[in-house]
Amino acid sequence: MSDIITYDEKVLIEENGFDDHFHDHHHEDKYKSNFISTYIFSMDHKMIARQFLITGMIWAIIGAAMSIIFRLQLGFPDESLAWLKPLLGKWITINAETGIGSLQPEFYYALVTMHGTIIVFFVLTAGLSGTFSNLLIPLQLGARDMASPFLNMLSYWFFFLASVIMFYSLFLSTGPFSGGWTAYPPLSALPQASIGSGAGMTLWTVSLVLFVVSVLLGGINYITTVLNLRTKGMTFWRMPLTIWAFFVTAILGLLSFPVLASGFFLLMCDRGLGTSFYLSEIFVGGAALDFAGGSPVLYQHLFWFLGHPEVYIIILPAMGLVSEVMAVHARKPIFGYKFMVYSILAIGFLSFIVWAHHMFMSGVNPFISNFFVVFTLIIAVPSAIKVFNWIATLYKGNLRLNTPMLFCIGFVSMFISGGLTGVFLGNSAIDIQMHDTYFVVAHFHIVMGIAAFFGMYAGVYHWYPRMFGRFMNETIGKIHFWATLIGAYAIFWPMHYLGLAGVPRRYYRFDSFDAFSSFSSMNQFITIAAIVVFFAQILMVINFFYSMYYGKKMTTKNPWGASTLEWTTPINAGHGNWDGNLPVVHRWPYDYGKNGQDFIPQIAPMAEGEEDSH
Amino acid sequence: MVFNTSDNSRINPQKFALWSAMASIVMMFAALSSAYIVRQAQGNWLEFQLPSMFYVSTIVILLSSLTLHNSYRSFLAGKEKQYKSLLVATFVLGLGFIVAQYLGWQRLYALGVDLKGNPSGSFIYVITFLHVAHVLGGIACLIVAMFHAFALKFNVTKRRKHRFELVVHYWHFVDLLWVYLLVFLMISK
Repeated sequence: MSDIITYDEKVLIEENGFDDHFHDHHHEDKYKSNFISTYIFSMDHKMIARQFLITGMIWAIIGAAMSIIFRLQLGFPDESLAWLKPLLGKWITINAETGIGSLQPEFYYALVTMHGTIIVFFVLTAGLSGTFSNLLIPLQLGARDMASPFLNMLSYWFFFLASVIMFYSLFLSTGPFSGGWTAYPPLSALPQASIGSGAGMTLWTVSLVLFVVSVLLGGINYITTVLNLRTKGMTFWRMPLTIWAFFVTAILGLLSFPVLASGFFLLMCDRGLGTSFYLSEIFVGGAALDFAGGSPVLYQHLFWFLGHPEVYIIILPAMGLVSEVMAVHARKPIFGYKFMVYSILAIGFLSFIVWAHHMFMSGVNPFISNFFVVFTLIIAVPSAIKVFNWIATLYKGNLRLNTPMLFCIGFVSMFISGGLTGVFLGNSAIDIQMHDTYFVVAHFHIVMGIAAFFGMYAGVYHWYPRMFGRFMNETIGKIHFWATLIGAYAIFWPMHYLGLAGVPRRYYRFDSFDAFSSFSSMNQFITIAAIVVFFAQILMVINFFYSMYYGKKMTTKNPWGASTLEWTTPINAGHGNWDGNLPVVHRWPYDYGKNGQDFIPQIAPMAEGEEDSH
Repeated sequence: MVFNTSDNSRINPQKFALWSAMASIVMMFAALSSAYIVRQAQGNWLEFQLPSMFYVSTIVILLSSLTLHNSYRSFLAGKEKQYKSLLVATFVLGLGFIVAQYLGWQRLYALGVDLKGNPSGSFIYVITFLHVAHVLGGIACLIVAMFHAFALKFNVTKRRKHRFELVVHYWHFVDLLWVYLLVFLMISK
């Protein structure tokens, strides 16, 4: 029987913490002066985190709703979509004789494009990394706020501006951009290429350039904060894995997003100034355009130099969140802490030298492809180390199977399933058959879409009390989990078979192709599963907002019994996080079950004769 | 605006943030350089001599770094007059650099190298233009530094030294960046 020792954070911080003279200069929190500076133009990282989260949620609903509309088209191409006319207007054409409303093919492409752009950039980059980097970096490091709260605020508002512009583009009479979320030229570079390539593409580019600014401002801040504002005793090897993940994510963003900005800059020159970076000799309507000698593959190189690190910018924060949440709810130290860190670093490094595996079929030299195949497959090593460590953490753990923990386990399941298909796709020979099929769609949705969402949900359910002082409803949370887990597999598992059979992605309908028409019942099944999963997410959103006002109240500072610093702050911490002294750290963040104690917080000094756990 | 809770042995957060920003600017130009190399390797590449005006601008911006550095040293040494005049000289040289780049573009155009023509020309316009945009950011910093120099009472404090250092670092950075770009454009001909 283990002794239950309770720690009084207040005593520990007041006795062992250090005074950074936070309250010497102003007697009350000068930032909390009025409604606008508290809730809107806030510089408090905790409020900015919530702003990122809620904006991300709104985008997630929009992005998911788009997928439902195009799934309806794919699953039931002959059913009438006339009931969507009030929402989509002229994008639904109603046959005068039969009364059947059908989705305009142009808008189908716009929906697919916007779904990708929104989920990848606005939800899984800003909504995930923006939310949790902001919330946890200062709290888990024992800092009052980010290195520059002002730049941090700007980071959110640039994201907001990017959001407004992208949202506006949805309502253009020519529709939003429709050339795929990767925006390959010539569809993106020639305003006359398709209806979405005109104003839609212009707004898309402007929005994403603002988004890049937001990511860079945020990233500079995260890196600087991690390197400079750790509290006393918080050495690198005492940082929670969340912080390691956010830190490496920020470095990836800082080094890869500027490359995308360069790529966009050249694209803008092609669109507006008549240069020929990406456009070669092109005939439109029988007439030759002025462009000569450009290379669309050049854009692909620049895009994927960002694009590949981008998928790790999405998944690394989810990995960090899962590692932390899993250790807390398994009541065990994370297995192989240092290997987890080295794996994060290895993944971060490798992510920069694999980009051309997105371009095996773009006519790149097959011998160069070999290089990219080898490095792509090497990523399996650190990924497998991480998976092994998560499973080893669960092994013989004292598991609490609550919603955050379930999502952690679901994350590992998804990451394994999606990772395995990555081994197929990373191979340039097999990619000849698989590329641009539903196999690719299934792979990346599972490994970086669903998995990243699971990591995010684990984080939201786990840190919800820290953000809002209340708990989310467990029953609804569990329904949400099981519906999403089973539903996500029901959506994406069959897609592997479609892909192996060569069904291409981005097609408007398959029933008119002899080779693909036999899959119509499978497509219907996928669509129905997608609708179920969509409503499960709506349930989560309802739970989220309902719990803000009516959820179970958080009565103790540390309801999960976690050892990290964010649970030592007051329940409704103001700007500056800790009332008096800053906490001082004496140990690593995973002292669970050590020496017969349930957990030992990082602020507890080492007992006599006690040794570091790693 | 900065919550500096760290002890003084650590590097200053603002300076570190500036260096991070520089790293991202470096990546932006690294992308353009590699795009240049990739595109050049594909052939159909117009060869021409860089106008000598670009060498003039190089000398101008190198001089401006020298004056700024000496201005900084005069500031530390408490030589108010020298500090102010060298700062103004830097500002003038900075503007001179931009004018020289503009003249360089005109020479290029006169050579028949157009923005729209062969990508080899387009790249030079785009790369130099993006660099000038970053120099303009440096000019803005110099204006702030001059504002500090002339509007505030002369006083060598830690805070002002630190602020000035941020300007100095950035300015040297855009200077070195230009030297790199020039060498790159010369070598990769």
